[in-house]
Amino acid sequence: MGSLLRNQKARNAVLQVLYVGTLGSLVLAGFLIARQNLAAQGITSGFDFLLKPTGWEVTFSLLPASPTDPYWWYFLIGIINTLFLGSFGLVSATLVGAVVGLARTSSNDLARLLGRSYVDVFRNIPLILQVFFWNAVITHLPSPRSAHEAWGFVLTSRGVYTPSLNVHGLALLGAAVALVAAIALPIWVGKTSRFGKTPDQRRSIQLAAAAATLACAVLILSFGRLPDTPLLNLPALKGLNLQGGLRIPPEFTALVVAIAIYGGSYIAEIVRGGFNAVSKGQVEAANSLGLTPWQVFSRIRLPLALRAMLPILANQYIWLMKATTLGIAVGFADFFMIVALTINHSGQTIEAIGILMAGFLVINLSLAAVFNRINKAIALKGNQLRG
Amino acid sequence: MADLAPPMPGMVEDLRRRFFASSLQSLISLLCLGVIAFLGWKLLDWALFSAVFGTAGGAEACQAAGGACWSVIAARWRIILFGLYPYEEQWRSALACAVVVAMTVLSCIPAFWTGRRIAAIWLAGTSAFYILMKGGVLGLSHVGEEMWGGLALTLFIFVATCLIGFPLAIVLALLRRSELPWISSTTGLIIDAVRSLPLISILFTFAIVLPFALPHWLQGDKLYRVIVGSALFFSAYQAEIVRGGMQGVPHGQEEAAMALGLGYWHRISRILLPQAMRNALPATINQFVIAFKETSLVVIVGFFEILASGNAAYGTGEWRFAYVEVYTFIAFIYFIFVFSLSRYGAFLERRMSVGER
Repeated sequence: MGSLLRNQKARNAVLQVLYVGTLGSLVLAGFLIARQNLAAQGITSGFDFLLKPTGWEVTFSLLPASPTDPYWWYFLIGIINTLFLGSFGLVSATLVGAVVGLARTSSNDLARLLGRSYVDVFRNIPLILQVFFWNAVITHLPSPRSAHEAWGFVLTSRGVYTPSLNVHGLALLGAAVALVAAIALPIWVGKTSRFGKTPDQRRSIQLAAAAATLACAVLILSFGRLPDTPLLNLPALKGLNLQGGLRIPPEFTALVVAIAIYGGSYIAEIVRGGFNAVSKGQVEAANSLGLTPWQVFSRIRLPLALRAMLPILANQYIWLMKATTLGIAVGFADFFMIVALTINHSGQTIEAIGILMAGFLVINLSLAAVFNRINKAIALKGNQLRG
Repeated sequence: MADLAPPMPGMVEDLRRRFFASSLQSLISLLCLGVIAFLGWKLLDWALFSAVFGTAGGAEACQAAGGACWSVIAARWRIILFGLYPYEEQWRSALACAVVVAMTVLSCIPAFWTGRRIAAIWLAGTSAFYILMKGGVLGLSHVGEEMWGGLALTLFIFVATCLIGFPLAIVLALLRRSELPWISSTTGLIIDAVRSLPLISILFTFAIVLPFALPHWLQGDKLYRVIVGSALFFSAYQAEIVRGGMQGVPHGQEEAAMALGLGYWHRISRILLPQAMRNALPATINQFVIAFKETSLVVIVGFFEILASGNAAYGTGEWRFAYVEVYTFIAFIYFIFVFSLSRYGAFLERRMSVGER
């Protein structure tokens, strides 16, 4: 035995088995105790509960939801809500970050001062405090009867009301897809060489593609119109409350505003870092070739800066996606809140936590995969790499 | 000898060159100047000129004034800072906060940057904090953890998170770079799993779900479970930072130590870690800053830390309208802590890059 312990290979094997074995048995023991405790409360483990009706309402949903719907449907609603909030938050944070970041790299001292104060103030205040703050601001707005109104938008304590279209939900989704295609298709036509070699040959195809998809969008909208209603649905005061229009709940607005402001301050620093990483020689070379300032920015500085920022930006996006879980603080029904409510109502603790982990793992991994793909696509190829 | 340097531009010329070089530049300058003047005036007017400071007029006088109502802070600052801590004993809570601040300042001084001194400062500071808050000895009356609140609770969670999380991070980083494949891959799995989860879900699991999975004698108070959870989260991120620092240490260093016949512990503690920590210092400070901001998340699992006590301070009675002032006050407290820490981090980064040049 003693000689076996002095043998390095044997010692290593024992160490590894001990380490993995201890961790594994700890997890297993926790799992068994939890199952026993839950069984004592009359909760059977397993994923059968996913098919049972929930019996409680969900506060925000893009899909039809009622208490008779099963749990798996609610989890799906939660994931879609998280992605919905996350995509709004990411886009608005990126816009804020781009503006502030450009201000921070500008040659103008005053713009730099403004950008720097913005970053210093909002980066150093916890996100949850900002969420609470904006939620309080919106819920303290005047009631619908004495609300601020401009161009059909109404700011009230019950949320922000915007004009909407009297169109079926599916048609709206289809039209949105067509609109995205109207932007994406011409870009794709411009990139590929499938439709002729020169840009002039492709210009007409680009225009045709854009026109066709736009016509498609209009067609879908007109088919999906709800009968006997005007196309534009404006919010209007009826009794004590507003009728019509689209109501954006206060908690959603608060979350998007807070994520945009807080995330924007982080993204601004990433943008600044990206522009600072562009070597001075490149810009000087472009200037000496006689490019205009706009050309230097759009053809030289921006593409190079984008390459430097993208990996860090991807991490920041994943972080912001996880920050949507703050929804539970103000009552927005994101994925995590649905999981927490499930644990409260059904007691299926272990399974719900497992689903939560799996859900976030999938969201994070797919975001990372998308960004890796983009990163690879825009990375400088071998012959483009010059010091 | 004739002065060959070009003549210095005058002040007007200098301003013209810096802010009005072209029409676009002038436009941007004027726009920024307008925004700065407008925001600055509005903020000063709100926070100082039109504000009400004393509690004399009560809430009504305050609401009638156009500016900020700092009376709410004057009336409720004890709730915000100390939470539900017994009124006569609140000096202990204040003193405990001062201990934490002193401890943080001390550990920012390079003279204390040896493993032993840092550990001594933090252990002594934390025990002083704990004794002051909990009492029961030295003639201090006993105050249970459920009465702790406000700034003291925030600081306690932060300090305890760092105190547990930092050594754990070093251990995790060492395990991850272990040469034994099972150990490194299992540790990597743990670190990556924790990093892919949102902190709230981990806090929630530790506060509410874990009691099901633990035998009774191991459950402990909810506060300590949450601290362990947040320490685990902190250590997963910090472990990657420490590992990055270790990768920055040239391989020759460890090989030289091996050639000199040093054992594993000496190699790690005398050669590898001191250099790795130096490499990792800026990122570490950044991680501390993030950890401090993230203590605010415990409000979701039902703790009465500074954010929750702020909600309570304006949530009841006549101060219901004064939410902006309360949140501004709390944001200011966070700002002081976080901003000074991150400025310190930036200073360190500059200082260290000077040494490398």
